This record gives sequence, C-alpha cells and structure tokens, in this order.
Amino acid sequence: MMSSLWLFGAESAWRVDTRRPSTRADHLIRVVAANRPEWRKMRRKSGEQGSAAVAFTLATFLVIFTVVTVYLFLAKIWWFPPAISDFGAQIDAQFHRTLIITGIVFVLAQLGLALAIFRSRDRGQKASFFEGNAVIEFIWTLATVIMFVGLGLYGEHAWAEAHFQGAARGALQLEVTGQQFAWNFRYAGPDGKFGGTKPELVSASSGNPLGLDPRDPASKDDVVSPVAYVPVGQEVELLIKTQDVTHSFYVRELRLKQDAVPGMTIHMHFNATVPGEYELACAELCGLGHYRMRSFVSVVSRDEFDKWMGDQEAALQQQ
Amino acid sequence: MVTHDSGGHHHPPTSFIRKYIFSTDHKVIGLQYYFLALFSVFLGMALSMLMRIHLVWPSAKMPFTPGGQMTPEQYLALMTMHGSIMVFMVLTTAPQSGFGNYALPIQIGAEDMAFPVLNMLSFWTTLLSLIVLVSAFFVNGGAPISGWTAYPPLSALGQIAGPGQGAGQTLWVVGVAIFCIGSLLGALNFITTTVDLRAKGMTLGRMPLTVWAWLVTAILGLLAFGVLLAACLLLLLDRIAGTSFFIPGGLVVTDTPIVSHTGGSPLLWQHLFWFFGHPEVYIAILPGMGVASHVLSTFSRKPVFGYKAMVGALGAIGFLGFCVWGHHMFISGMSPYSAFAFSLLTMTIGVPSAIKTFNWLGTLWGGRIQFTTAMMFGLGFVSLFVTGGLSGLFLAQPSIDLYLHDTYFVVAHFHLIMGVAAIFGIFAATYFWFPKMFGRMLNETIGKVHFWFTFVGVYSIFMPMHFLGLAGHPRRYADTTGVNFLGPLHSVHYFITLAAMITISAQLIFLFNFFYSMKAGQKASENPWNATTLEWSIPSPPPFDNFAGRIPVVYRGPYEFSVPGATDDYIPQHLTPERVGKAH
Repeated sequence: MMSSLWLFGAESAWRVDTRRPSTRADHLIRVVAANRPEWRKMRRKSGEQGSAAVAFTLATFLVIFTVVTVYLFLAKIWWFPPAISDFGAQIDAQFHRTLIITGIVFVLAQLGLALAIFRSRDRGQKASFFEGNAVIEFIWTLATVIMFVGLGLYGEHAWAEAHFQGAARGALQLEVTGQQFAWNFRYAGPDGKFGGTKPELVSASSGNPLGLDPRDPASKDDVVSPVAYVPVGQEVELLIKTQDVTHSFYVRELRLKQDAVPGMTIHMHFNATVPGEYELACAELCGLGHYRMRSFVSVVSRDEFDKWMGDQEAALQQQ
Repeated sequence: MVTHDSGGHHHPPTSFIRKYIFSTDHKVIGLQYYFLALFSVFLGMALSMLMRIHLVWPSAKMPFTPGGQMTPEQYLALMTMHGSIMVFMVLTTAPQSGFGNYALPIQIGAEDMAFPVLNMLSFWTTLLSLIVLVSAFFVNGGAPISGWTAYPPLSALGQIAGPGQGAGQTLWVVGVAIFCIGSLLGALNFITTTVDLRAKGMTLGRMPLTVWAWLVTAILGLLAFGVLLAACLLLLLDRIAGTSFFIPGGLVVTDTPIVSHTGGSPLLWQHLFWFFGHPEVYIAILPGMGVASHVLSTFSRKPVFGYKAMVGALGAIGFLGFCVWGHHMFISGMSPYSAFAFSLLTMTIGVPSAIKTFNWLGTLWGGRIQFTTAMMFGLGFVSLFVTGGLSGLFLAQPSIDLYLHDTYFVVAHFHLIMGVAAIFGIFAATYFWFPKMFGRMLNETIGKVHFWFTFVGVYSIFMPMHFLGLAGHPRRYADTTGVNFLGPLHSVHYFITLAAMITISAQLIFLFNFFYSMKAGQKASENPWNATTLEWSIPSPPPFDNFAGRIPVVYRGPYEFSVPGATDDYIPQHLTPERVGKAH
C-alpha cells in the first residue's frame, strides 16, 4: 500500500518523521525543549518588520488580480465571433467546459495563495512542523487526474468529427492553395475533376497562379478565384495545399485552422449555416508578408452561389 | 579540525586570466553564465520593446532603420532573435548553467564539478554561439525572419524565401548547433557531478530540491539537445549542400520553380524540433521549480510539504515532457489519430504540475512567512505558474487548438509559464544567493520596488494577450492593419505596449541594485537567511575549493525547519547530532 501511495506522491505520515535519525542527543534535546515551552526564544528580528503590510498588500493584489481576470472572462469584451457551423458550436461548448474547470482551479489557487500568505505571515509565531499528508495528497492527485484527463477525453468528440471522418457524400470540393502572400481557390468546374498543374507554368503575373496545364482537358473548366464562395448549408471539402512554404488556413467563424504543408494535400470539411463574408487570415509564419496574407470566404445562398459560379465560368469561356 | 584531503586538492590560480577568464572554478563559470544571461536578457528585452513600439506606432522612426519606419522583415527579424536569445541564451543558461554551476557542487558538498575543464569549454562554446547568433544582425539581408522555430522550407530555401533567409539564417543554424554542443557538455557534467561527487551522508533523499531539479534538467538536456543538434546539421546540409531532408519537390517560390530539391518532409523538422522543443520548456522551468520550493521552505521556516512527491513530480514532468511534443503540431498536418494520444499525455502533465502547486501551498500553510525579496519572487513564481499552466489546458486539447493555435493566446501562455515564471525563478535565486556569491546583501527595499513593478507589470503585459488570442489575433504579425478583424484590438495592443515600457524600464532598478550592492551593499554573513543547506556553512563568498579542504558530512534532510524540540528554527544539514541545539 505504501509503495503504491508513493507512486501518487504520498508522504509517509502526518507529523511522523521517519527520515530523521533518532539519536540519544536528539532525544535529550527534545525532552529538554518540551519542558521549556518558550518558543518565543526562536524569534528573530529579520524579516518580521513590515511583514503584515507586505502580506496584506501581496494578498490584496492577488485578490484584485483574480477578480479582474474573472470579470474580463465573463464580460467577453474581446472574444471570438459567433460560430457559423454546428461544429463550431461544439468547439465553443468544449471551450466553455474548459473555461469553467480552469476558472475554478484558477480562483481557488490564487485565493488559496493569498490566504496562505496573509494567514501564515510572520507574527512571531512558531511555524508548525509537518512534512506532508498522505491522505490529502492522494485525494488531490486523484481529483486532478479525473478532472484533467476527463476534460481531455470529452473534447476528443469535436476533434474526431473534424478529422476522423471525411466530408459528407456530395460535398463541394474546394482546393485552397497558399503562396507568398496570397490565397487562391479552385473549383473543379462542370466536369467535377481538377486538372493537372505544373510548377514551371506557375505565373501569378500572367494570370495562372496555380500553374494549370492547358493541355489537360480537365483543367479547362477549372475556376480559379482569389476569394471563395460557398453555398449556405452545403458540405464543403477543402483540399489544402501550398506552393512554397508552410501557410495556415484559418477562418475564425468556422473554428477551423489547418496548416498548408509543402508536398501535402490536407483534407478538411465544414458546413456553414450562417451567410456572410468571413475573413481568412494566414496563421503560420510564411515570410515578410505574413501579416497581410488574407482572403475572404463568402457564405451565400444557393442562388447567389450559382450566379457567381456562372459568371466565373462565362469569364473562362471568353479567354 | 579534521582535514579531508581528497587527493585532488588543487590550489587557486593566481593570474587574472586563469582566475576570471579561462577559469575552471565552477563558481566563476556559474557567474560567467549568469552575466552572459544578464547581457542577453537586456538585449532580448530591447528587441521586444522595439517590436511593441512598432505594433502600436507603426510609423515611429527607429534609430537603426535609415528609411524611417520599421519594415515587416525587420519586425520578424527582431521577433526571431528575441525568441532565440531569450530561449537559448537566457532561459537555458541562467537557471541551469548559471545557478546550477554555482550552487550545485556546494549544495552536494563537492569541491568542483566532475570535469572542470569541460565545464570551462561549455561556457566558451556557449559564448561563441551567442556571438554567432547575434552576428546574424550584421550580415547582408539581416537576421532571419523564420522565428525561433525555423520551420522549413521557409528556413531552408535561402534568400529567395525572404530577406534574412540567406546568410542570417545560416548563422542562426550554426549558432544554435554550437549552443547544443555547449549544453550537451554541461548536461554531462551536471549528471556526473550529482551522481559521483556527493559528500558523505548526502543521500539522494537528502538532496535539496534545487539539486533534484538541476539533475532532472540535465537529463532532459542530454536527451533533447542531441536531437536539435542533429536537426540543425540536417537543415544546414539542406541549405548549403543541396540535400533535401526537409524540402519536398515541386515547390514554386514567387513564380520560380525550385528544381534542385525533391523528396523531403517539412514535418520531419517539426517533429525533431519539438522533440527538443517541448523538453526545452521544462529545461527552462524545472530549475525555477527547484528554487521556488527551496526559497518557499526557507522563508516559511517550514519543511517542504511532500518532499518525495516533489521529487516524483519533477521526474514525472521530465518523463512526460518527452511524450507530448506533438501538441505543438495538432494542426501541422501530422496524423490526427496521434493528436489523441499527445493530447491525453499533455493533460496528464497537469497532474504532477498540480501536485507541485498544492505542495507549495502546503509548504506555506502554517508557516512563519518572511517577506524577503527572494520570497516575494518565489510567491510570484507560484502565482504565475498557476496562471500560465492553466491556459495550457486549453491548448492541450486539439479541438480547442483548432481555434487558438498560433494566436496570441499561445504567446500569453508560454510567456507566462516558460518566460516570466522562469524569470521569477531566476530573480528569486538571484536575491537568495547574491549574498553567497558576492559577500554582500542586495538592497531589500530596492528589491521590493523591483518586485512590485515586475509582478504587476508582467501580468499587465501578458494577461491581455489571452484576449487578443480569443479574438483570433494570429501571432507573428508585423502589422495589425493587414486584416480587418484586428482593428478593434488596437486598444489592447496599446495597453500592452505601455505596460511593457514601464516593466522593462523597471528592470533598470534591478540592474542598479545588482551593481550597487555588489560594491556597496551591506556585508553578508555566512548564513544571512538562517538556511539549512551546505552553501550556508561556508564563508560568503566561498573560498576557491568551497570547503577549504574540509568536505562536510551530511546528517539530515535539507529542510529541517522549526523541528519540534530544537533551540533554533533551522538545523543545518552538516551539523553533527551532538551540536544540534547548541549555539552555532
């Protein structure tokens, strides 16, 4: 039992000091001291002066700091924008569960520290002597394990939905390509196939930022756009790529972030239910223009989407 | 008076150069590391100050920018160098190599480190790496802009990827590689010294928690820096020898195809880097935990609550620290299934961390707290560790990380826990051991002023950053005008910059106290704090071989405070049982 307790960090026993060698001299001193309860002799001047004022100030600061922090998290003056998908709502729920648990621990720990500082300040008293408490240590260790690991397990649902399952059948495929310092979106067009690309054909200045290969028939109807349009309530599958260095696709309202990694195509999916124009900001350092590498994802009605797509395809025909 | 001649009794060097420059004395080397870190921390702070000014007043004229205002690449160069200098040259050197070098041999009753010449080489290697790193500022193109994490291909492709990615990035890689070598040598020395050179009676269970922390940190260093060294060499080869460890084929940079590389993996670097990088966080903070435990016990006049649990927690944090690097990579494109394991292991690290916090509170509870400046910083450490640790529980969950990754929330988290908490550990150690190091006391009144500016200041700087992150503000943005949703956050940036200006200025108070007290401080006695460990049994400052040939024998644990029955409220470790209770 003792050895298993030690695993959890338990001390041997309350006030019983098994580590100290018990010599005859030690014993003698204890007997003498027990008959001379003038513990005040142990007082020393150093550190006592002003300790009440310092203790009070430090404890008060910790209390104020705790109150202000809790207020700012409740007031939500600076906060995330409303989520625009069911998935986003799940993330928010897990965030709030975490906020409540960490909030309680935060308040208890900071106030506990303030209380210990004020209560145990040097008033000339004798410090109590104890080197641990097996029961208390076991309980708080177990409580922490359940709380933290339980929280972690709970949050895996949302992650699993984002990553362990693919996009729903019939999802709109949308390729996202990052490059220093712009985003380009590509739709497969009526044939439903993305055409081939070649690095040597890439030329942003001549209107072929993705390097579409004109000799591949599948690429002829591919729609390339610097901003994205998606229909509301439609499952969208993202194919995230980059041409040069690592970038990161990040739309706050979707609660989605995914690095675009050179040499990889990474799949994500979402279903936005609230129309609007949402800003996409690069979230992985990609060079000097990182701060201005942004675009927009517009969630629009099916009609608007069809109209926009029709315009794009018409423009393609005229080329 | 018995003289223990250890056989290797050596005489102090007399020439200035052997005594202070190429010294093999662990105390001088410890101070050399400390001053290296002191120089670096002020350099690093100056860089951050320029960044903060630029974020709030983008058109402000800067002295080093001939064209007037700061360019984005200059901002990113400052950011890269701030991070690299702070992590490597401050947080890795001061708590471990600085204080560890100075105090560890004395605390275990040794005359010096196990390998004094190797120790000297570690320092000079580290100094060389600092020089190489800082020289990146002065080459064509300036310092690198890829951050202290140096993700390829940005860091691997050379000048074409951006200004500073040419010679500057090469110097960075070489500098960090040299630093790894110095750290490996140091770690080897620390482990050997702790294992082999403990005085008679200094059993493992009687080692101060500072020594335990330095030992665990050294083990982490030995395992982690080798990996970073290898990663740096591979990156260097990619840069100068045409290899493709980290560069895949088919890349096109600003319409120019990169035809010379193919088949590499950018994620390989991230795995190698964070396999080092996460233990590195604990390399920075574990010594601070040791110092906090030590100082809290000493000035509460109480034994550390749950000594064995504290040692166990140090070991657990060290071990788990190697199993969680993937939590830096949830959105990197690695297998989402591994995120599950990395997340749960990371949440598990919260357990030993919580044990430490509980035990610190347990140590304070029922004590007789003396508010020395060292104690104030120790208490501040606990508060900061709680605040910075709890935000980690958000980032440890991949689902929440989908939103918060690479935002200012992360910046707030790691600055509080590995930056500021570790710095508070360094300050606590400085105020605690200064009398031993220089034979004079630091001024306590100035120390208190310094504490208040710093404690209130760091919270004012870093707490608001959580809210920037919650609002989705990506980190490493040279400018806040490029993205619309950042506009409303300007007032928060403004507040942070003001807080940073005040807090950084207040560090001059510390600098003044440090050098003033070194010259004119009140003379320190052998044991001004009535502490128990061995360094307080010898003169301040200690003689060349620490114990003047009389190696102490240890009779008891390190935290025998307020033992019932004893005359004094502390019983030093070296006191023979016969002398306990008599005047000493």
